[in-house]
Amino acid sequence: MADQKEKKYSKPLPFIDEEMRPWWEALQRHELYVQKCRDCGDLRFHPRALCTNCLSSRTEWVRCSGRGTVYTFTATYQNQAPGFRESLPYIMAWVELQEGLKMLTNLVECRPEEVKIGMPVEVVYEDVTPQVTLAKFRPAR
Amino acid sequence: MSLSRKACVAGVFEHPTRFAPDKSMFQIMAESARGALEDAGLTIRDVDGLCTTGIGMGGMGIVGFCDYLNLTPNFVDSTAIGGSSFVAHTAHAAAAIAAGLCEVCLVVYGSTAASSRFAIGTGGGGGGGDPCDQFEIPFGPTTVGSYAMVAQRHMHDYGTTSEQLAEIAVTMRLHASMNPVAKYRDPITVEDVLASRIISSPLHLLDCCIISDGGGALVITSAERARDLKKKPVYILGAGETVRHAARGRRDFLEIAAAQSGRLAFERAGVTHSDIDMAMIYDSFTITVLTTLENLGFCKRGEGGAFVTGGRLRYDGELPINTDGGGLSSNHPGMRGIFLVIEATKQLRGECGPRQVRDCRIALVHGTGGALGTRHSGATLILANQ
Repeated sequence: MADQKEKKYSKPLPFIDEEMRPWWEALQRHELYVQKCRDCGDLRFHPRALCTNCLSSRTEWVRCSGRGTVYTFTATYQNQAPGFRESLPYIMAWVELQEGLKMLTNLVECRPEEVKIGMPVEVVYEDVTPQVTLAKFRPAR
Repeated sequence: MSLSRKACVAGVFEHPTRFAPDKSMFQIMAESARGALEDAGLTIRDVDGLCTTGIGMGGMGIVGFCDYLNLTPNFVDSTAIGGSSFVAHTAHAAAAIAAGLCEVCLVVYGSTAASSRFAIGTGGGGGGGDPCDQFEIPFGPTTVGSYAMVAQRHMHDYGTTSEQLAEIAVTMRLHASMNPVAKYRDPITVEDVLASRIISSPLHLLDCCIISDGGGALVITSAERARDLKKKPVYILGAGETVRHAARGRRDFLEIAAAQSGRLAFERAGVTHSDIDMAMIYDSFTITVLTTLENLGFCKRGEGGAFVTGGRLRYDGELPINTDGGGLSSNHPGMRGIFLVIEATKQLRGECGPRQVRDCRIALVHGTGGALGTRHSGATLILANQ
């Protein structure tokens, strides 16, 4: 069953390194996190081992509400990459999370002409392989 | 220490090819180097510095090219920050010359992007093994998509229109029609741009640069050495470079690298915007030109849409841009920074025939490399003919 699912998913998969693994494992539990520096309090995304503000390694994970707004987006009509060339058009967006940080994602469950900058969105978790879950967003309900 | 007027562009050559399935990347580079040295009146034996990088090269490609041309330079720089690299190389060569590290530095680029069928803008974003890539490649990033998202935000915040962006493409095509080696020379209209298919909304096909083969080279040397050479020297007055990226999740998409690199270049050159007679602005996409002009300070943020209309960017307009036809119409072999310096140099020498800008004394060059809405670089140069 797992093998079948892996075969079916043809889009590029992330190369997950050890530094980022806890973030990806949280997604598998359908939880979205950003990081906060325990020394200076600076929030950051994507995750990384050191605070970019003070270089401290003392980090805590902050669970996100999963809500945000569309900061910008594009509907892509041409992409040669496997998996995407078969699913055109698809919508890429930078979503500004309620926590104030932007992340790149796909908007799903909506058509390109329905998307507006500033539109409220909420996270949906797509378990694309047994090892990888992606955080995508849909119009807030 | 100021770099101003310490070094010159003494020779330039743009390879005329736009499709070269019979040539290798190194061959195009070597033929370009030969052309630039001939232009300067120098020989390969005078060369003691080399700057290059490329999309078809491995990480040590510069050493491979030294092997190909049997060079053993005293200074090498393979700064790889995307299409702007060669603008940065020019500044690095000038600094190296001013510091006595070398005296005659070649800056070279070549590529068979078209004949090798590279899908540069729409090939899946080129996500590699860098840690940041894992947060992007699952979502289908493309180069054009990254620029499109800057355009989308600009339109949202300031009411910028597709018609305004299209005018940039139309102007570049007008310039290409006066450049005998440009790849696309038939005039287009705003309506043509809007009628071309959407690649990544809101950008149409004709908002995007072309893909060609090609290459070019520059010879950079000291002001002292340049004085006795074949061509009138073009002086490097000032330069700046930097990068912009996701900024740990807090990026302002309409503030690009050009804001910082441009400010540095103007300060270092000791000139102001009204001194600039023409500009070469990397036009990977129409939005690149609009947002670069804003960030360089030629107009205020949000005013770019109005600024690019009314013929202002034409060769005979108030601020002529990309008189060779740019990446939108003349050539874009994967990276274009070198051609920006080449055309600016030719304009400052008065060699541009029907597309020559009148009384061209000071030119600005700005290269953008990478993906504008994601990670990109900017490199600015200010050049003068006296």
